[in-house]
Amino acid sequence: MDVLTKNFSLYGKGFLGTVELTVYASVLALALGFVMASCRVSPVGSFRVLGTVWVTVLRNTPLTLLFFAVLLGLPRFGLVLPFQLFAVIALGCYTSSFICEALRSGINTVPKGQGEAARSLGMTFGQTLSTVVLPQAFRSVIPPVGSTLIALAKNSAIAGAFSVTELLGTYKTLSELGYNIIWTFVWIAIGYLIITLFISAVFNILEKRWGVAR
Amino acid sequence: MAVDPLIELRDVNKHYGKLHVLQGINLTVGRGEVVVVIGPSGSGKSTLCRTMNRLETIESGSIAIDGRPLPEEGKGLAELRAEVGMVFQSFNLFAHKTVLANVSLAQIKVRGRKKEDADKRSHELLDRVGLASQAEKLPAQLSGGQQQRVAIARALAMDPKVMLFDEPTSALDPEMINEVLEVMQQLARDGMTMVVVTHEMGFARSAANRVVFMADGRIIEDRTPDDFFTNPQSDRAKDFLSKILKH
Ligand SMILES: Nc1ncnc2c1ncn2[C@@H]1O[C@H](COP(=O)(O)OP(=O)(O)OP(=O)(O)O)[C@@H](O)[C@H]1O
Ligand SMILES: [Mg+2]
Repeated sequence: MDVLTKNFSLYGKGFLGTVELTVYASVLALALGFVMASCRVSPVGSFRVLGTVWVTVLRNTPLTLLFFAVLLGLPRFGLVLPFQLFAVIALGCYTSSFICEALRSGINTVPKGQGEAARSLGMTFGQTLSTVVLPQAFRSVIPPVGSTLIALAKNSAIAGAFSVTELLGTYKTLSELGYNIIWTFVWIAIGYLIITLFISAVFNILEKRWGVAR
Repeated sequence: MAVDPLIELRDVNKHYGKLHVLQGINLTVGRGEVVVVIGPSGSGKSTLCRTMNRLETIESGSIAIDGRPLPEEGKGLAELRAEVGMVFQSFNLFAHKTVLANVSLAQIKVRGRKKEDADKRSHELLDRVGLASQAEKLPAQLSGGQQQRVAIARALAMDPKVMLFDEPTSALDPEMINEVLEVMQQLARDGMTMVVVTHEMGFARSAANRVVFMADGRIIEDRTPDDFFTNPQSDRAKDFLSKILKH
């Protein structure tokens, strides 16, 4: 029971590490997912191919394998970065493929006539997407994007295995110190709950505010 | 007529898979002309209409608007589309924007007008289609006839050289058809060049310079409304007219 109070700073560091990984990787995943979704619905064939390849490769690769590829692979090409940054890249790219698909399915819920009307008025592909299609798609993508980011928060635990400071990794130190393993994990689980419930709450608010009116 | 061609289609062909929807279409629409396109369902009228601003691509032949061939994708195509207004059967108003914003959006994004100038013009156009009081509503709060009139105002806001209408009244309840047709009649009187796919024979008789009859992807007849309605030449047209004039 006193695991938490006696090791508060250790837990705190782990918790912050997970929060940082989650926030940075989410931003990267949302940005890349947005770009890739635009590619996938673009009128330019080579962009569509890029988007499709991106999603197919990243969505079907186990995340652990992706971590290995990034952490061990990139340095071979002379790219040496802090481990935390590598972890953000791996997590962000992996999750962007899911975000991309969530956005694309949202885009598909917007009737085709909306985009056609915009194009027939002389709006470019980018204008059509950003002012007509995406604002309407936004409503229906809030729930799946929320789920994807919650999965991201939990997936960040894999980074611990690659010596990035994060919540789950704290158990190693604690068990070496001889603390009760059950309580160690209970507190770790509560840490994750705080993060994921926070994400849920944010997306619930977004959904109330912008969600599809029924 | 047709001394000053605004739209020129030459030997246009298109397939959907095995279906040859447009078969060697030749059509010239002169400046200021009103051309009504009629024909049985599936004959390719919508497809023809949509090729004129490249919402549908074609496989062979050429289409020119005001002497300029239709560009491929990109900036040039967007510029050309701004010159060609289009009104759809299902209105397609932007569902998340007010009536006013619907009419102003492309003026701002495409024509680069300031928001105040665009809104001013939009109010004028809404007034012209009899909807000045509805500017702040969302499309879903309007009747079908009102939505379609907003759609016409939205297309007119770009100051197009030509307006394409694809069955603009087919999705409307009977009592709303006339309010839309009246707006279109007025446009025709003002000298707008128009291509109208419609089954409204009254409109064709009173507003059209020419009637183009399509069947199975071909233009079968292309004549004045009087000529066409009183004295159709082909069996397809006779058969079609007997069916629709019965009710
Ligand atoms: N995107 C498409 N893919 C495949 N076939 C299509 C597509 N659009 C239309 N068609 C087919 O092409 C033919 C012509 O369609 P089009 O919509 O141009 O006919 P229409 O004359 O406008 O008919 P209607 O009076 O029913 O509107 C039809 O047989 C239709 O089924
Ligand atoms: Mg049609």
